[in-house]
Amino acid sequence: MLIYIIRRIVYVIPIVLSVALVCFLLVHITPGDPLVAILPADASQELANQMRVAYGFDRPLPVQFGLWLWKAVNGDLGHSIATGRPVLTEVMRAVGNTVTLAIAAALIGFTLGLFFGLIAGYFRDTWIDKVATSIAIAGVSVPHYWLGMVLVIIFSVQLGWLPAVGAGPGGSGAWGWDWEHIRYLILPAITTSVIPMGIVTRTVRALTGDILSQDFVEALRAKGLRETDVFRHVIKNAAPTAMAVMGLQLGYMLGGSILIETVFSWPGSGLLLNSAIFQRDLPLLQGTILVLALFFVFLNLMVDIAQASIDPRIKRS
Amino acid sequence: MSAIADAALQAAPASKARGYWATVGRRIVRDKVSMVCAFILVAIFLSALCAPWLGLADPYQGSMIRRLRHIGTAGYPLGTDELGRDMLARLIYGGRLSLVVGILPVILAFGIGTSLGLVAGYVGGKINTAIMRTVDVFYAFPSVLLAIAISGALGAGIVNSIVSLTIVFVPQITRVAESVTTGVRNMDFVEAARASGAGPFTIMRVHMLGNVLGPIFVYATGLISVSMILAAGLSFLGLGTKPPEPEWGLMLNTLRTAIYINPWVAALPGAMIFAVSICFNLLSDGMRSAMDIRN
Repeated sequence: MLIYIIRRIVYVIPIVLSVALVCFLLVHITPGDPLVAILPADASQELANQMRVAYGFDRPLPVQFGLWLWKAVNGDLGHSIATGRPVLTEVMRAVGNTVTLAIAAALIGFTLGLFFGLIAGYFRDTWIDKVATSIAIAGVSVPHYWLGMVLVIIFSVQLGWLPAVGAGPGGSGAWGWDWEHIRYLILPAITTSVIPMGIVTRTVRALTGDILSQDFVEALRAKGLRETDVFRHVIKNAAPTAMAVMGLQLGYMLGGSILIETVFSWPGSGLLLNSAIFQRDLPLLQGTILVLALFFVFLNLMVDIAQASIDPRIKRS
Repeated sequence: MSAIADAALQAAPASKARGYWATVGRRIVRDKVSMVCAFILVAIFLSALCAPWLGLADPYQGSMIRRLRHIGTAGYPLGTDELGRDMLARLIYGGRLSLVVGILPVILAFGIGTSLGLVAGYVGGKINTAIMRTVDVFYAFPSVLLAIAISGALGAGIVNSIVSLTIVFVPQITRVAESVTTGVRNMDFVEAARASGAGPFTIMRVHMLGNVLGPIFVYATGLISVSMILAAGLSFLGLGTKPPEPEWGLMLNTLRTAIYINPWVAALPGAMIFAVSICFNLLSDGMRSAMDIRN
């Protein structure tokens, strides 16, 4: 097991470096000078040159990458051009809010997904299966930012039950797990949960169907096992794959929250990314994407290790 | 399921010459859900294509005095938007850009990804490692994040949206293509072609492409749904086309301010995205089960 973990971690190193390279290059695929956006239109050539030297844009690319990477490893992602604050501080504060949202959405999405998937797979080709499959298809096909709008229309505009935007009564300040704050979390969390719900349902349904058609299930039933015990075997066999899918989905929720956070003005990493894009705050854009991608890589690593530790077949392959 | 299987059984001996694709075609035509979806999609495509000849109102012509009319207002069956433009016309015209930006990236990625995957899978060795490890790097980003990162760096615009979405989908299709190709590579008929002196290019083009294209195609059809949602999402964020162009994502964005005045008109463009996306998903599912003849 230890050897597997070490091998898996070693394999992650080149990925992390390439991810950093992609994030670094993002700034340089921008048409024109990365400084153009922040300089006033009538800036003198001299000022532009001064800024270029100050930000280190005058050096050759590989040198810039090396310096940037070295600083990043030491926790320095530069300063936001718009606010002047350190990028890492800004990103970490926002990521906290995104994690809150993702965890709430995961609780809803995974619970429903597992439930629908198991019953759909168990009662295959019955009306239960059809209903659950339809919900799942709708979940993966719905433009979630639109669903967010529709929920706001129903529950905020028409019924007036829940707030439409924000993350708490006092703005984005301190999050707390009380009703005053949770009210703000409900709609964004439901909106975020539909895609993972759909995907987990489809995965678990397929897994359950496959497992139930295997010979060992026949043997269990022939041995006289009660149906609830057979079901336990099914869950055990479906767990590793289902877990991997859920881990991946959690990563997608953390990294892909920009649309939903924009709809609900949820002060997370997605909203930060949005403002970084439109203020052309390139260090902030670079830093946010790097942190989110590293989160995703780390989560994938954790999922692989967890999967291998509960399913011995994986280590051997 | 058993009904479909029976149909296939009956169909098979009736005419021995019917090939695999003909059988698949017959099965999909008999699938009601797939046919309904195909019909809806064709209707949306045709109306978008023929929009100028449908006698619709001018989708750019606004009016300050008839803004945000409700659905069902006389003369405006689907109401008007925040600038008083006819929603029905804008939704139909909006299909032109929305469908192109949603579907073109998948077509481009299908071409590029299939070629890369075929080469990686067939040639193997160092080339496979080079291609597949590069693909792995893009898998380290959630696809929404990657699309927005590239779009955000390149700046707003239709072409940039298409480029960024293509970059998002190429790795996914390459992976599928590579794994399918690896599965086919060691089959006897490929060995036979090699033994009879066919070069690698001929083998890939003549003998392998036809055998790997099916599964890749089905996978790509499923991606169109994601692509539609992402493409409209990019313009919803303001990274796609610019006003006053009718496009579903952008319309959803500009109508967002109107949800307190006329909520259901504001929600209409999203319903279009949803309809196209769900139809492509169901069609892809239908094709997958139609092609899975062994079951």
